[in-house]
Amino acid sequence: MHRHLSRREFLATTGALASAWIGSDPGAFARALEARREQEPRFRVLAPEQAADLEAIAAQIIPTDEFPGAREARAIVFIDRALEGFAKDQLPTILDGLEDLSRRIRALGAPAGRRFAQLPDAQQVALLREIEETPFFQQVRFATIVGTFGHPSLGGNHEGSGWRALGFEPRFVWQPPFGEYDAAVERGR
Amino acid sequence: MRRFRQGETVDFVVVGSGAAGGVMAKELATAGFTVLVLEQGPRLEAHEFQHDEFTQFILGALNNRQELQPQMYVPGVGAEPVRQMAAIYHRLVGGGSVMFTANYWRFRASDFRERSLLGPIEGTGLEDWPITYEELEPYYTKAEWELGVSGEPGPFDPPRSRPYPCPPLPVKSSGVLFERGARALGLHPQVGPMAILSRPFNGRSACMHCGYCAGFGCEFGAKSSTLATVIPVAEATGRCEVRAESYVRKIEVSDRGRVTGVVYFDAERREHFQPARAVVVCANGAETPRLLLLSKSSRFPDGLANSSGLVGKYLMWNGNASTGAVFERALNDWKSVMVTRIVLDFYESDPARGFYGGGGIDARFWGYPVLFALGGLGGFPEGTPAWGLEYKRMLRDLYSRTCNADVHTTSLPVESNRIELDPDLEDAWGLPCMRVTYRDHPDDVATMRFLVEKAVAIMEAAGAERTWAPAQFEQSVGFHLLGTCRMGNDPQRSVVDRYHRAHDVPNLFLCDGSSFVTSGRGQPTCTIQALAYRAADHIARFARRGEI
Repeated sequence: MHRHLSRREFLATTGALASAWIGSDPGAFARALEARREQEPRFRVLAPEQAADLEAIAAQIIPTDEFPGAREARAIVFIDRALEGFAKDQLPTILDGLEDLSRRIRALGAPAGRRFAQLPDAQQVALLREIEETPFFQQVRFATIVGTFGHPSLGGNHEGSGWRALGFEPRFVWQPPFGEYDAAVERGR
Repeated sequence: MRRFRQGETVDFVVVGSGAAGGVMAKELATAGFTVLVLEQGPRLEAHEFQHDEFTQFILGALNNRQELQPQMYVPGVGAEPVRQMAAIYHRLVGGGSVMFTANYWRFRASDFRERSLLGPIEGTGLEDWPITYEELEPYYTKAEWELGVSGEPGPFDPPRSRPYPCPPLPVKSSGVLFERGARALGLHPQVGPMAILSRPFNGRSACMHCGYCAGFGCEFGAKSSTLATVIPVAEATGRCEVRAESYVRKIEVSDRGRVTGVVYFDAERREHFQPARAVVVCANGAETPRLLLLSKSSRFPDGLANSSGLVGKYLMWNGNASTGAVFERALNDWKSVMVTRIVLDFYESDPARGFYGGGGIDARFWGYPVLFALGGLGGFPEGTPAWGLEYKRMLRDLYSRTCNADVHTTSLPVESNRIELDPDLEDAWGLPCMRVTYRDHPDDVATMRFLVEKAVAIMEAAGAERTWAPAQFEQSVGFHLLGTCRMGNDPQRSVVDRYHRAHDVPNLFLCDGSSFVTSGRGQPTCTIQALAYRAADHIARFARRGEI
């Protein structure tokens, strides 16, 4: 499937491109590009900049470390779908919350139009601390958790990456021993 | 499978296809009668069950729920009603037997005669059952062998005429630790009997240890739901049809006071009258009384079979409380069945404690990923952030090292705990919704607290790094729906007789959790199914003798 990348998509791809080159694998570029395309979902409810802000919040709630976070899990895809479906009623709270964040960013003296997703980490965290008791933040936290650890069929937890981060293996078929304590008993027999 | 013509008279209409209804259908159909089962929920087959925790467990897609059947909840007499789901059940073919955790404890002989053993308790309707353990024992055995139960008798178990059909499921780390802690305290841990197959049985597959039992249907058919066991047998007789998405709104009676059939809504919400020679209601302890209350007529102005005024009263939820513990190494308790070991040392009510009640404790793990991440099941260490890197690292650190010890306890039968029709609220079909009044009796709360202390002590004796327990015990939601059409010999003080026949209506039978007189110790399904086998046996005999 061929399509032209927009400038924004192109810029977004460059990060992945750079890391792909470091891997010095000739196939990696194509794969990274394809992965990036998959990561640009067509949102159903959210405008791209709203999605980018919410994704940035989600990525602060469940950050990426040596294990995948909300971003790799594509929690934002779940959030967008939820706001179209069962969480439709929460859309005003979410949009108001994003507006409120924009006001707070302006109050910090940031250049006009600067969005949450564009702020440095420390500023993002400081802003979220200010609002962590609000219904907006609580709803985004809830949706981020479901979008990261919920079933992949819901749109998030991409390829089980959230489960991997938790230490849950989605094999769904197991044989004993299951854990270290029952294994020790088994060995003692 | 038989398909009855619309309006074709059947011997029996069975309302509900769950733990009791499925058994009833199979027994009556194999006894040679025509049986139409009307189930309000959809039919899903094993391969359609998924591990979508959010949709199924958190949103409750297969439960009764707000959008379809809202409820008003009254948290105790005189309290302001709130619009809230309080009596939860599963609405699908197989009902709660598809979705339950699959703990499968028999009652003990004492459960049937606590009033005689303990004396009356003021302000409660504590009564003996009209039947004994000895009378029910053959049917417990039949249930275990027809449905498939894995277990091993424990030191306090009541006498049994046959061993369990399947050996115990493999012990999990939570079970190993729980057993170790319990033994250190001089207790008698035992294998938790589970209605899940440890080996292939009756053509069904053994458990694959996927870890998704409680609140999920089993895609391997290893959980011994009525959907996986008796319902296919009933259908194979050619005399039974299970009609899904058929929501019964009224039981009709003749001028002579006999049931003539039921009125139900089909999937398109068209109304039908279904004639039957007799009706057996197995709709659960909330919907069975509601259906009777909905079935008012000039002859039965207070609701069908309600001359005692007790329909809907004496609702019992059982007490349930969850403690937790973190251990040094990985338990990985998110694998396999919920429960492998239990402690029943505190089963009996002991007057020396100063309150009525008893229960059991099991080791398990409520470790579905979303549920865990949302709140650590109440067990995140004090002061840990609810988001950010530290939060994420904590989740990973704790997830595989955590387990729970749940307590399952008695509820006293209190008349004011009840199911009624709400005067205002209507469901999606325009029928009056349920109003649920419930408040735990102070002895029920004391029992939960007592058992929780024992549960925590066991986990500490097992070497837990950290344990936690709930701060408050009063419940505002119930999943065990018991006692609302209690059985008894006295028509003034019970709704059905010892054979589950309504005292007031000769061809109406009620058999499910509503028949319970006392609550047992928090694992009612085994007894619901034994009662259904026994009731069906007697109903078939009555029918053959022309006594219905």
